[in-house]
Order: sequence, then structure tokens, then C-alpha cells
Amino acid sequence: MTKRFALGIFDDEDVLLHAVENVREAGVKIYEVFTPFPIHGIDDAMGIERSRLPIAAFFFGLTGLAFALWLQIYTLGFDWPMIIGGKPHIALPAFIPVAFELTVLFCCHGMVITFYAISKLYPRWKTPVLDVRSTDDKFVMAIEVNENTDMNKLTQILRENGASEVNQKEMSKF
Amino acid sequence: MQHVSPVREPLVTGGKTYHDVTQDVCRQVEAAPNIRWMAALSVALLLLGVFFYSVYRTLWYGIGEWGLNKTIGWAWDITNFVWWVGIGHAGTLISAVLLLFRQKWRTSINRAAEAMTIFAVICAAMFPVLHMGRPWLAYWVFPLQNTFGSLWVNFNSPLLWDVFAISTYFTVSLVFWYTGLVPDFATIRDRAKGPIAKVAYSMLSMGWKGSAKHWSRYETVSLILAGVSTPLVLSVHTIVSMDFATSVVPGWHTTIFPPYFVAGAIFSGFAMVLTLMLITRVVFKLEDYITIEHIALMNKIMMITGSIVGVAYITEFFIAWYSQVEYESYAFINRATGPYWWAYAAMMTCNVITPQLVWFRRVRYSIPLTFILSIIVNIGMWFERFVIIVTSLHRDYLPSSWAMFSPTIIDIGIYVGTIGLFFTLFLLFAKFFPVINMAEVKAVLKYTVDNGPTYTGHDPHHAPQPVTTHGVPASAPVNYDKHD
Repeated sequence: MTKRFALGIFDDEDVLLHAVENVREAGVKIYEVFTPFPIHGIDDAMGIERSRLPIAAFFFGLTGLAFALWLQIYTLGFDWPMIIGGKPHIALPAFIPVAFELTVLFCCHGMVITFYAISKLYPRWKTPVLDVRSTDDKFVMAIEVNENTDMNKLTQILRENGASEVNQKEMSKF
Repeated sequence: MQHVSPVREPLVTGGKTYHDVTQDVCRQVEAAPNIRWMAALSVALLLLGVFFYSVYRTLWYGIGEWGLNKTIGWAWDITNFVWWVGIGHAGTLISAVLLLFRQKWRTSINRAAEAMTIFAVICAAMFPVLHMGRPWLAYWVFPLQNTFGSLWVNFNSPLLWDVFAISTYFTVSLVFWYTGLVPDFATIRDRAKGPIAKVAYSMLSMGWKGSAKHWSRYETVSLILAGVSTPLVLSVHTIVSMDFATSVVPGWHTTIFPPYFVAGAIFSGFAMVLTLMLITRVVFKLEDYITIEHIALMNKIMMITGSIVGVAYITEFFIAWYSQVEYESYAFINRATGPYWWAYAAMMTCNVITPQLVWFRRVRYSIPLTFILSIIVNIGMWFERFVIIVTSLHRDYLPSSWAMFSPTIIDIGIYVGTIGLFFTLFLLFAKFFPVINMAEVKAVLKYTVDNGPTYTGHDPHHAPQPVTTHGVPASAPVNYDKHD
């Protein structure tokens, strides 16, 4: 399915930030904003909810901790108990380092894999972008439009809010 | 929005715009390799050849090719292992600890420092794996129930903790580094002209488009990774030190080892970062990004950690006397006056005296002096590990088994070879990957604009105001430590 976008191109992140607020206030639905670097405060302006990745990370870490403790207690305590250096079979203080490392391992990889999965980031042959300058020095506000949209009015709103250019682009599969 | 301070010196000099940052960093990725890079790579590949030959000899003829003996069972291999792992730690310190402390100057050096971490850990891993003698059975270190009896690995052993620590450290650092690279790969992808570059960087960039939602998650992920990597990096060298500290060998059995090793690791790591950055900034013309201020700041960290290491040396010596343990006292007297006195002297000179020179402004702000100091520190830190390992082992409880160690040509070959391996990887990274984190540098570009990035509302041509162009003379006041 082909989608049509109106693109407001901005030169500065502070201008963009205010534009996002004003454009949303004017009742225009912003499809997405593409920027070359993270802009602080844009989450609030765009109404993006706080990511729940930290919660996921915590539970991944907890899983790692539980796995590490189970692994060490089961193998050395029950499956094949051995006396090592006269210590008890389940020598918990000696299990702390591996428990810590596996907590970190599970937490990081679990969280990062979740991040790539929910953001649908995976290697692809080609990556269509709305404006190639959005990874360089331009801040692109994309608004989905159709034949009923009043382009003149939209252009005017974007211009008034500091867009240096207003373009249109059609994308299939975006 | 950023707090803009009129008194801060700029983090990036030269009045760069966002586009300039992209240009400056992508230049070396897009241009044909220059002659200096090719020359450096040739030397690195030559040393890599030495590495492969030495490894071949080690695998074909066995560990007997090395200078180890029954008394000194750990020598250059473990020395080199600890040395390389320690070097790696500065990368994580810069990327994680300085992120948590909101030290924004880290942005232009974190990418290369993290790369250094990863390559240093790869070099480090070569030594324990080769020391196994049969590296093709290296998977036995993992808790897999084996087929020769239902034995599991020994979770009480610090050597096993090391396996978990180093592999966690390596994979987490790799993921942290790669996630940071994704947006910059996207920048290169969108500039790419050739079909191969287009596909390659599209693959590498994982379809990154820089949408606000992705950036929001990206920042969350970076922060959590930094938060988790900070205790991780401390744990790794703590565990490395426990390889020694949990034994009963005089000179090793010391509770001071974990903090002392961590400080030493950061000390040597910053020295290596300085060595690499001083070369990188000149070769790739990045003097505006890696400024003299960065060098001075890194020098200060080197001075502090070096001083901690110096205090640790003295404490160790004091405790050896104070404990009244005969063997412990002998181990330390023997270090300083025994047959390996020269290694001890080298360690003391390089690690205790050298960093104290950095108290002088003129030294801290001098590029040639910093370069020389950074090399001296790395030599000193190598000797520290040699002193700890070889001199402690060569004379312990039983005088009849006292021995001396001398390296064979294969020992030297593997050590020099890993330097080749390290530089081969680093040079390839520097050519094909963005050596500076473009996205993060752009985000701090306005950090110090004193005329203010005020919101101009209806001015469509409001471009980012160029940063003030003080070229930071050597006599400029010290900056980033001023909290205003």
C-alpha cells in the first residue's frame, strides 16, 4: 500500500521542538519525526509514552539471577556433589560472582534483543527513508496525507512554525 | 533542552555545524584509504603474521614452546592476559561511567575507546585459550555435562568466574558498542554512493531511520546498559584479581587486590586510549573533536588512578612487614632486591613516578609529552603484572623448586603478535566505521554556544549558531572541572 506524506524540513532542533507542539495543537496528527540525534523533550512534545524497557531489563536480570543460582546449586549441590577444598557443597559466597555475571548477561542481552524486536530493527538489503538528510543535519516531520488533505493549509502551518522546506513524498511499504 | 553556559569552553572547537560533523567523520569512511593508513595496516598485518606463526608453533609442538616451567606455571601468557584485559577497561569506563556522571566530553572519544575495549578483550582471550594447550576443547569451561562422567565445572574456582566475567564483559561491550553504531551506520548509508556500500551499511544500520520513538528507546537502552556495565567492569577486574588473591601464594594472597587491580586497569586503559587518540586525531584530522582539553582530562584520570596504584604498591609492602608473615615479607623483599629487581624498578618508575609529572600543566597540555607518558605507563603496567605473576611464583615455600623464567622467541612472538592483531582490528575499524559518535557529538554541539540557541520561531533559516571559535590555547584555564 502506498502512503503519502507531507514532510516539514527543519534546520534546528529547538525550532522543531516548538513546531511539534504547535502543529499538534493545531490538530494535525504527526506520523513521525525523524532526527539525526536524540532531542530531549521531544517525547513529551510528541506524546510518546515512557519506554517500559527498564522493566523488561529488570525481569531479564531476575531471570538470569534465578538461572545462575539454580545452575550452581543444582549441579554442585544435588546432581554431582563434590567436596572441593573442604567447603560445603552449596557454598553460596563462592556462587556470587557467577550469579552476578549471569544477571548482567541476561539483563543486557534480553533488553537489547527486545529493543531491536519491538523497534523492528533488523538487517535489510535497502532502507527507504523519507529524506536522506534526516540522518545528517535536517529534522524531518512527517505527516500522513491523502487526497482530502488541504495541502495549502498544512504547508502554511509548517512554514509558520519554522519549516525551511515543505515537501511531499510517496512511499510504498513504509 | 540543554542548559547553556556562557563560561564553558566548547566541547567541539572550530565552529562546526551538524553537517560539518557528518562530513568530518564520514570523510575517511568514504575516501580511498590513504597511504599512512595502508602503511600502518601493513605493519599490523606483518605482526599478525608473527602471531599466526607463533600460535601454529604452540599448537603443533605444544606449550613446551613457551618458557614456562614447573615452578613458574604462569608467566608471559597470564601477564599479557591481565595487561590486555586491563587496557580494555578504559573503554567501558568512558562509555558507561562517564555517561552516568553526565560528562559530555566523552562523546567524541567513546566510540574509539569502546572499540579498543572489544579488540583488547579479543587479544586477552587468546592467552588463556592457548594456555589450555588444547584450545579445540575450550568449550569444556562452560557448564556442559560431559560424556566422560557426569562432572560439572567447579563454580568455586575463580578461573571459572573469569570465564563468565570475560565472556559477559565481551558480549555486553560488543552489544553496547554496536547499538551506539547503528544510527551512525544509517548516516553513512544515506550518503553512500556505491552499490556495495549501500547494501553493506543498510545491513549494518538495521533499518534505522532516526524516528523520535526509536531515539527515545535508544536512550533508555544506553542508560540501562551504562548502569549495568559500570558494576560489570568493576567485577571483571575484581574477578581477574581473585585468580591470584584466592590462592595461598605469598605475594598473591592479598585482600587489597580487587581495588588495586581495577585502578591499575583504568590507569593502563587510559594510557592506551591516549596513545590511540593522539594518533587517530592527527591521521584523520579530528583535532576539533578530540581537543587538547580531552587530552588534559584523560591525563588527569591517568594521574589519579596512577596515584591509587602507587598507594597500593606501598600498602602492599607495608602489610607484608606488618603482617609478620615470614613468607609474605620475603616475597616482597625478593621483589625489590631479588633477581627480578629490574622488573620491580621498571614498574615503580613507570607507574609511580611518571603519572606524578601530570600535576604540571605544561605536561598535561603537551601532546608529545602525553604521548611518551602514555607509552611509558603501558610498559610500566605490563611490568606490574610480570612482577606480580613471575616474581611471586619463582620463589615460594620450597627453596628446592625455586627457578627463573626466560621467555622463548614464541612467547615474544605471541605477545608482539597480539599487538598486531589489536592494531589490525583497530585500523580496519578506523577505516570502515565512524570513529566518532556523530549523533552524540551533534547532540552536544550547542552545549556551549554563548550567544544562545534561542528559539526564533518564525525564522525558517535559523541554523545552529556556530560555536565560538576559541582555539583553546595551551594557556587557557582548565575547564570542565568548573561546576558552575
